[in-house]
Amino acid sequence: MKKDLKVIGKPTPKLDARIRASGQAVYGQDVVLPNMLHGAILRTKYPVADIVSIDVSKAMQLPGVVAVITGDDINANNINYKRDNPVLKRGRVNCIRDEIAAVAAVTREIAQEAVKLIEVKYNVKEGIFDPFEALKDDAPQINEFVKGDQHINIAHPFYYEHGDIEAQKRKSAVIIKTRFELPRMTHCCLAPCAITADYSNVDKRLTLYCVTQIPFLFQRDMARVLNMAPSDIRIIQTVIGGGFGSKLDMYPYEPICALLSMETGRPVQITFDREEEFIASPTRQKMTIDLTSGADSKGKFTFREARIIMDNGAYTSWGATTPFVMMQTFSSMYQLPACIFDAKAVYTNNVYAGSFRGYGNPQATFAVERNIDLLAEKLGMDKFEIRLKNANYKDELTGQEMKFISCGHKEALEIVSDKSGYSPCHSREGGNLSNRYKRGIGFASMLHVGGGAKIYPSDGCGTNLKMDDFGKLTIITGSSEIGQGSETVLAMMASEELGIDLKNIKVINTDTDIKPWDVGVHASRTTFVAGNSLLGALKLLKEKLSNKAAQLLKTEIDDLVYEDGLIESTTSGESFKIDKVVREIHFKPPNELCAVYYYYEPGSEFQDKYYKGNVSDTYAFAAQAIEVEVDTYTGNIKVLDIHVAQDVGKVINPLGLAGQIEGGVVMGMGYALLEELYSEKGYILNPNFHDYKIPTSVDIPNIHFYPVETNDPYGPYGAKGVGEAPLIPTAPAIANAIVDAIGIRIVDLPITPEKVLKALKNDA
Amino acid sequence: MSQSIKINFTINGKRTELTIPPYMLLIDLIREELGLKGTKPGCLEGECGACTVLVNGEAVNSCLYLAINVDGKEVITVEGLPVTPEGEIDPVQEALIQHGAVQCGFCTPGMVMSIKSFVAQCNKDNIIPSPDEIKKAIEGNLCRCTGYVKIVEAVESLF
Repeated sequence: MKKDLKVIGKPTPKLDARIRASGQAVYGQDVVLPNMLHGAILRTKYPVADIVSIDVSKAMQLPGVVAVITGDDINANNINYKRDNPVLKRGRVNCIRDEIAAVAAVTREIAQEAVKLIEVKYNVKEGIFDPFEALKDDAPQINEFVKGDQHINIAHPFYYEHGDIEAQKRKSAVIIKTRFELPRMTHCCLAPCAITADYSNVDKRLTLYCVTQIPFLFQRDMARVLNMAPSDIRIIQTVIGGGFGSKLDMYPYEPICALLSMETGRPVQITFDREEEFIASPTRQKMTIDLTSGADSKGKFTFREARIIMDNGAYTSWGATTPFVMMQTFSSMYQLPACIFDAKAVYTNNVYAGSFRGYGNPQATFAVERNIDLLAEKLGMDKFEIRLKNANYKDELTGQEMKFISCGHKEALEIVSDKSGYSPCHSREGGNLSNRYKRGIGFASMLHVGGGAKIYPSDGCGTNLKMDDFGKLTIITGSSEIGQGSETVLAMMASEELGIDLKNIKVINTDTDIKPWDVGVHASRTTFVAGNSLLGALKLLKEKLSNKAAQLLKTEIDDLVYEDGLIESTTSGESFKIDKVVREIHFKPPNELCAVYYYYEPGSEFQDKYYKGNVSDTYAFAAQAIEVEVDTYTGNIKVLDIHVAQDVGKVINPLGLAGQIEGGVVMGMGYALLEELYSEKGYILNPNFHDYKIPTSVDIPNIHFYPVETNDPYGPYGAKGVGEAPLIPTAPAIANAIVDAIGIRIVDLPITPEKVLKALKNDA
Repeated sequence: MSQSIKINFTINGKRTELTIPPYMLLIDLIREELGLKGTKPGCLEGECGACTVLVNGEAVNSCLYLAINVDGKEVITVEGLPVTPEGEIDPVQEALIQHGAVQCGFCTPGMVMSIKSFVAQCNKDNIIPSPDEIKKAIEGNLCRCTGYVKIVEAVESLF
């Protein structure tokens, strides 16, 4: 770095935290507009049925009801990327989430009461709830809008391979084949879904106060659904009470709210209660992974062959494309000469899966890392040594043609092994703790995109900057804040470059009518992509300021430094306040504003039709070592210590970074030990926090975090993406630790006390 | 319709008289009748703690509390915490902010009120709580973003 950093790397509280902690932040459910109505949605009573008739007359007669709409009353196109999900269903329903009608009324209570008065006659049908059943030759077509090319019920097939798999199989000294069942987990954002739609029948424009993570794609999709021009739709993101990937897709409630507003000519708000949130918001993909892994006699990995069936549910969200990320882990996490990857998203009559932090990677990593322990065991090798021997390295070009321009994998492994006090005989010592309590340590790594991810014609982000006549900077960024701290990271970068205090910087990032384009919050890309975009814009802004300052100070541009709100000549020591320079630009001929814009497109590349190519500018690596204690009498698992070493490129905000790590790890603990949305014949059995447990404060172990700084050549200040990574290795490291402690072969998540006890009994 | 009932109570230091239906929940009184949106509806079934407020100094889930039961009592919501003319806020809020314990922030107002109640009780009993006691005290407040570590650290810093 050219100079000492003054702001980057210093713990910085979030700029928006004061407003949030004070209860003054306006979330979706806090929006109040004049003359606003409240909407409610009638969902199907049965997962699979023909709709014989819908009678809304009683609902319409309820005092306070302003409008009732069904699929027959609206002119709207299907949503989701396969266009397979009608906003309001007509003729048939396909899963328990399905929307049949919607009401707008003067209060939320009246709207909910009116929904109960809608009379629907169903002809109940048998459904298909197992994707393997759905794949049978005689299975009926589940989604009437999509006929799969390999099979009528395959929503999306993926196939990838590299290397000579047969040759690698012959070279293998050990081969392990395991079937993994991974559960439906759901996001549990603390703020349930909420939207307020405001359609003006005078100027024919629609304003949506909503919680999307991808405002520009959302705007375009909403326009297509409603047959409007995208520019006539304004997306204003309210403060978002948790995202984690759940807000990457559009869901029917959003266009329904818009349609109710168009129907009534008044603003309409729809908010979910917690049960509706559990039933009608997305989940992580439930899937079955058959993974065969090999290693030679020296412990070098030879091949992986993954065959995956994903339960897509009744409709296709972006979640069906998670194999895109999974295959990166199967093909390229640890050095690997050969790989076959075959995944199919299969329609069923279950609730549909969406995208969720990690995007398939937690499932893939679970399978890969469990099999590594089994390979090591069979080879009689140490489980840490086998990982180190195969670790990814800098400048590696993987079989999938991803280029690891910087890589801290090996270092991360060494750190967590060292810090956890692991030694090959650890488990035996731990196992001797007592007859009842057994301890073990488990390892897992992770590989994830860290420099954007090319999935859309542009993977970029725009930034507008303006410095006002008083020297205050407004950053107008295309990127979005979903609680992850992006506003603060961007403001820190601007503070660093311009030498102005953080309190003199505002970030504007919530309005598609104002902010420049960005592809959205996904793929842990915001710090990298929005950061680089901002640095590009700052460079332009500084050119403007420096030109004027050099003129005023009668010196060269290279002679100037920005510090403490001043632009100073290092030779003469003379300086001008930055706001004075702005005024000189603005109020003296040729009279310019101190404003610039910049668009940044990362070097991420589209993969070819064989899924090969450098999909991200850079990649993040991590390793975790986790120690657990198992109570063999009750099956309870206590996580004692979690050691996390992660290649973050460069620490920008240590406070925000640690928060991302700790929050991610704890979410990973939930995936490992607690969380499953249970479904039986298409019905959700545990749609509340009483029966669907997420970790609470008393579950929290000691979390030790060791950032690995590899100073990525493309990252802003060397930083790479962070947000998704911490939860990815946690579940396999916990599972490996449990096996280390008590020797049972658990392969299904979540690892509940019941499963532990059953396994102990079966092994005895 | 059921007969409405008149209640007298103090909300954020202000004496208030209202006539409300007997089935009204405290969270609806706060958010809808009084328009104080800082108290958050996370689950409306007493599981998440986002709607925690103080009634006579004690933390309660306002979604499980009938509004008529505040008659004669003192209610404090997050909006009732003092802000100085210089913009200084309550030490509990400040500690959470400085320790990086606020991410999406939806759980934060409820978390603040639970911590307020806990800190007051500890001070009254003259005890310095252990990290485990702190964790126990905020067990009823769910957070999906932070993993609780920074929240516990923030509370520790208050003693």
